Amino acid sequence: MSRFKQGGKKEMPGITSSSLSDIVFMLLFFFMVTTQMRETENKVKVVTPEASEVVKLDRKDLNSYINIGSPTLAYQQQFGTESRIQLNDSFRTTDEIRDFIAAERDSKKESDRQLMTVSIRADQDVRMGIITDVKQELRRCSALKIMYTARKPAK
Amino acid sequence: MAKKTPAINSSSTADIAFLLLCYFLMTTTMGSHFGLNRRLPPMPDPTQKIEDQKVNRRNIIQVKINAADRILAGSEAIDVSQLKDKIKEFLTNPTNDPNLPEKEVKEIAGYSKGTYPVSKGVISLQNDRGTSYKAYIAVQNELVKAVNELRDDFSMREYGRKFAALGEDEQKVVKDCIPQNISEAEPKDIGQRR
Repeated sequence: MSRFKQGGKKEMPGITSSSLSDIVFMLLFFFMVTTQMRETENKVKVVTPEASEVVKLDRKDLNSYINIGSPTLAYQQQFGTESRIQLNDSFRTTDEIRDFIAAERDSKKESDRQLMTVSIRADQDVRMGIITDVKQELRRCSALKIMYTARKPAK
Repeated sequence: MAKKTPAINSSSTADIAFLLLCYFLMTTTMGSHFGLNRRLPPMPDPTQKIEDQKVNRRNIIQVKINAADRILAGSEAIDVSQLKDKIKEFLTNPTNDPNLPEKEVKEIAGYSKGTYPVSKGVISLQNDRGTSYKAYIAVQNELVKAVNELRDDFSMREYGRKFAALGEDEQKVVKDCIPQNISEAEPKDIGQRR
């Protein structure tokens, strides 16, 4: 009398794939939490310069972006390759920064307007001339808190 | 006897979740927003009389970057890699050199020893219109790095911890003792325009 039956071919049990969906959901939630929606389409090519002493921006909602760089391939036929300024979704000149800053300021809460930061996202090959113009214009609109966007160097 | 209900085939939920995952991967960007914070000086009031701000010459170091991205710090041309040490020497003035900035013994609120000789040194950064942004940021970075390393040294000496690991009040003390005085000079039109 044998308690342990030896006979017969046993079928391999199928691997349960029910936990697979849980894992993928976890991944999904991770990406949902750590990423943000892309707001505007980049019309200029921006490769930010590297800097090791960068700090994290604390209030992302109080931030407005000024992109500076040469237009991307799709817009080069129309706008050439000279460095240009992009505010929101279109190419602008330095004179229009004033209106842009005013509009941005209006969109923030009154108590937070002092804390508004302007991020200058400029390509590393841009000349300082255009950035100096932007800075002077920002000073004129008294948007004095600025940030030069940079990325951490890859180690 | 009740009939057993057959289990719902759940193998496709993974596919659905993958689809969602791909959607979010495509439409979002990583929330990594880093940069160097700066405060611009307010525009001088045109009606105001220009007061000549007399700053002792020894208290200022001029860092200039020309259109060919070469750096002049003080009176000598140096490489970016040397800039940090130069700035650190300028700000600390370890030998009390009369050509380097003077120190002012200041009372600092919250500091255990009461007073600290705070350096009066100011770094003035000047660039040309033709300077590349990359070089400009590299120099800015070196300046910030010099100040950060001094703050770290000070924190290690006083609190035995790095600056980043200190509490808010202690960080304020360190910031008061070692201020970050970087001024961006009024732009000058020199060199070729671009």
